[in-house]
Amino acid sequence: MRYLPLTPGDREAMLARIGVSDIDALFDSVPQPVRLPGLLDLPSHKSEFEVEREMAAMAEKNLNASQVPFFVGAGAYKHHVPATVDHLIQRSEFLTSYTPYQPEIAQGTLQYLFEFQTQVALLTGMEVANASMYDGSTACAEAVLMAHRLTKRKRAVISGSLHPHYRAVVETLSHYSDAQALTLPQGPEDDDLISAIDEETSCVVVQMPDVFGGVRDLTALAEAAHAKGALLVVAVTEVVSLGALRAPGDMGADIVVAEGQSLGNGLNFGGPYVGLFATRQAYVRQMPGRICGETTDAEGRRGYVLTLSTREQHIRRERATSNICTNSGLCALAFTIHLSLLGEAGLRRLAALNHAAAVALADDLAGLAGVELVTPALFNEFTIRVPGDAARIIDRLADKGLLGGVPASRLMPGQKVAKDLIIVAATEVTTDADRAAYRACLEEVLGS
Amino acid sequence: MSGEAGDKRAPEPKARAERTFSGNAGLQIEEPLLFEIGRGQISGVDLPEPPGNASRLGGLERQKEIGLPGMTEPQAMRHYVRLSQKNYAIDMGTYPLGSCTMKHNPRLNEKLARLPGFADIHPLQPQSTVQGALELMAQLAAWLCELTGMPSVALSPKAGAHGELCGMTAIRAAHEAKGEKRSLVLVPESAHGTNPATAALLGYGVKAFPARDDGTVSVDAVREAISDDVAGIMLTNPNTCGLFERDIIEIAEAVHEVGAYFYCDGANFNAIVGKVRPGDLGIDCMHINLHKTFSTPHGGGGPGSGPVVFSQALAPFAPVPFVVRRSDSYHLVETGDDAGGETPFGRLTAFHGQMGMFVRALAYMLSHGADGMRQASEDAVLNANYLRAALSDVMSQPFGDRPCMHEVLFDDTFLNGSGITTHDLAKALIDEGYHPMTVYFPLVAHGAMLVEPTESESKAELDGFIEVMRDLARSAKSGDMARFKDAPRHAPRRRLDETQAAREPVLRWHDKSAERDAAE
Repeated sequence: MRYLPLTPGDREAMLARIGVSDIDALFDSVPQPVRLPGLLDLPSHKSEFEVEREMAAMAEKNLNASQVPFFVGAGAYKHHVPATVDHLIQRSEFLTSYTPYQPEIAQGTLQYLFEFQTQVALLTGMEVANASMYDGSTACAEAVLMAHRLTKRKRAVISGSLHPHYRAVVETLSHYSDAQALTLPQGPEDDDLISAIDEETSCVVVQMPDVFGGVRDLTALAEAAHAKGALLVVAVTEVVSLGALRAPGDMGADIVVAEGQSLGNGLNFGGPYVGLFATRQAYVRQMPGRICGETTDAEGRRGYVLTLSTREQHIRRERATSNICTNSGLCALAFTIHLSLLGEAGLRRLAALNHAAAVALADDLAGLAGVELVTPALFNEFTIRVPGDAARIIDRLADKGLLGGVPASRLMPGQKVAKDLIIVAATEVTTDADRAAYRACLEEVLGS
Repeated sequence: MSGEAGDKRAPEPKARAERTFSGNAGLQIEEPLLFEIGRGQISGVDLPEPPGNASRLGGLERQKEIGLPGMTEPQAMRHYVRLSQKNYAIDMGTYPLGSCTMKHNPRLNEKLARLPGFADIHPLQPQSTVQGALELMAQLAAWLCELTGMPSVALSPKAGAHGELCGMTAIRAAHEAKGEKRSLVLVPESAHGTNPATAALLGYGVKAFPARDDGTVSVDAVREAISDDVAGIMLTNPNTCGLFERDIIEIAEAVHEVGAYFYCDGANFNAIVGKVRPGDLGIDCMHINLHKTFSTPHGGGGPGSGPVVFSQALAPFAPVPFVVRRSDSYHLVETGDDAGGETPFGRLTAFHGQMGMFVRALAYMLSHGADGMRQASEDAVLNANYLRAALSDVMSQPFGDRPCMHEVLFDDTFLNGSGITTHDLAKALIDEGYHPMTVYFPLVAHGAMLVEPTESESKAELDGFIEVMRDLARSAKSGDMARFKDAPRHAPRRRLDETQAAREPVLRWHDKSAERDAAE
């Protein structure tokens, strides 16, 4: 077996040194009746070539995003990732190292995490950020728990245009941790959100741009929340938008969470991704997850360590701020490399290209008879109302070799209002030909 | 090494090592922060000029400068390559972190995870266009069920602790379905910190209880602690001392007798794959760290993946999404309404879990097969016992010298009177070119050193590690303080001041020159 270095001779010599006759003697503590006498009913080992052939056959059954005109978003986005990123994250020293618990031999990981935290704080317009979470949705749920701790209240008010998966994660955790999540129905809602905030509200959770792609000023909402002693949690699922839009921190957000997949990370059928988490300096000791901080070594040189670990489960156990142990280090590395390559100028240009592509596509599609644009203000994603069942239209577009977006009904099954809505994304990789193909295919599908 | 030779070699504690003019040391090159190298107007990505169509941002255009530096490609390459060279890694040498399972990460798995058919597909594409991905998830689920002897699995949890949350939520949901509200969870003192933290997150009180003298949990202790107010027990098996819980079947019976459920922390499943099935032990759910047992890379602390297997009793409560076979195609169940007769407790994450890790884990399983996985478990246990046998006369074990599973636990008794701590020993190991073992965990052993070599180490590597450990033990006994107290001397950094970092946290870079300018 190519991965196992011990030879039969080694094993024999080692057993002799240990002083047992065979390997089963080392499993003596396993109760005899449950010990497996032989091999399980599974195939035996395979060569590299055989495994590759078997798995490539499964991969080939999928239609990948680069093969067709592609407009699917709703929380995960198709962007170009520079080749440098994937090369660097595959370096052994990054890929095959553990959490930097021995900082003297993990300065590489720690320094990039410190740089990552700084980039995230700058992007979100917040003071501090942690060293990443699993993904945007779990970061969002952790933000709600943090708001509960900070306000000593247990009721979150959730915007109806928060990504339904994010909402479901928050609702699940709230239900089973004896907290409340009050979710408003989807629709034009700032006034409804504001009137739902009361003295029991720990936080208001909104998405920006929202799940339909719409953008709006959150300043009044932040003020209303603060007036009642509640916090504003802003979730961002398309982090490239922060290159074009005002930072949530500048609109009064107290906690900003984001899905960082768009920078450095591929679609990967939903994971692994990287959650961003940023907040105010004053709240840092209630922030979940790992945090990297600057310090000095015994010779006075600058260095980095994991810090504020007295918040964490391995020290605090049942009194920890969160049960999180693993984060998303390598995806955070991909994020920070991509963003370092882009820089301020590159990110702004990337954002402008995304916006321009979406605006052009929105106008193209809204020009079709019966199609209506329902999100007038947008970044790189928007929602159209179509005459007919949106899910069926998407399936028919797929049959024509075009992935035209997400029918809102997939995210909000059973909701009548979602039935004729399609959430459509365009990015810097969307070409003029892709746009033309979408318009033509949709016209054909609607006309037939 | 004699004490004298050690003294000659060692500088005074905290003394400055001899420095080069540049601060670099051969292949070790000092690297400033990205913010000290990059410039806002520099970019390493060439993008076209955006077309001048009108902005539709609703008046929310970003006005202020963000402050993000950029680097050209060669600058970025050097920055990150230099940083990488300050890290220890599995690919460099023995990385015996107990409980973390730092086994070899096959590169075939990296290659396969990058196939466009897996890496470049969107979680919300029509299901008809991702049948191969759903097939892969179904196949991984089938392997996990067969390996554990459990009927059902939730793939979506993102890491071990997230898997714990998944399993314990299912337990709470199962009690709720019976109209019961229970308030306590039993957790032995040796447990991972994530166990009590997870129970507390779900509103449970945590009742800790001690192990017996041999480091395992006795069924009598469980019977004493349990009541019908206990929702479940969280037990790691093999446990965090590297021992198989020999009363586990009786413990499961005791737990079930009061209507509670048995959560097994599967962090150490790698010791028993193909040797014994958790399902045969009476457990109700267990998370599996794909990044430990099935070799998906740790990546400097993630991403992980923590699927949870369920017994028949808990299976109906497994969260969405999950894959089922319907007629001649695979179907992804994304909501409770679509779950047939099942009653999922909800959703734990957006989308479907760590697909990239599923690909790697399945590649590991197919590569090893039933025979290779059983052999891997045996080799892992053999390697740990070999270290134990070779070190038991110079180091001390808290529960006596008896066979262990995949990791061997030492305590600091053998350092008594030397003035040297577990921490010092770990730092001295760094100077010898090794990553230290896990230290000060589990908490039940004083000055714990938990050594897990994994099956990836050859006998020659183990023999080298043994020699070094024996030499360190000898040095400690002979009072060669400098070797320990000054360590590490050869790492990119000497000991780092963690107290200072926590007392006055500096958690991000600030542009001090801009602040100076503003003050003037």
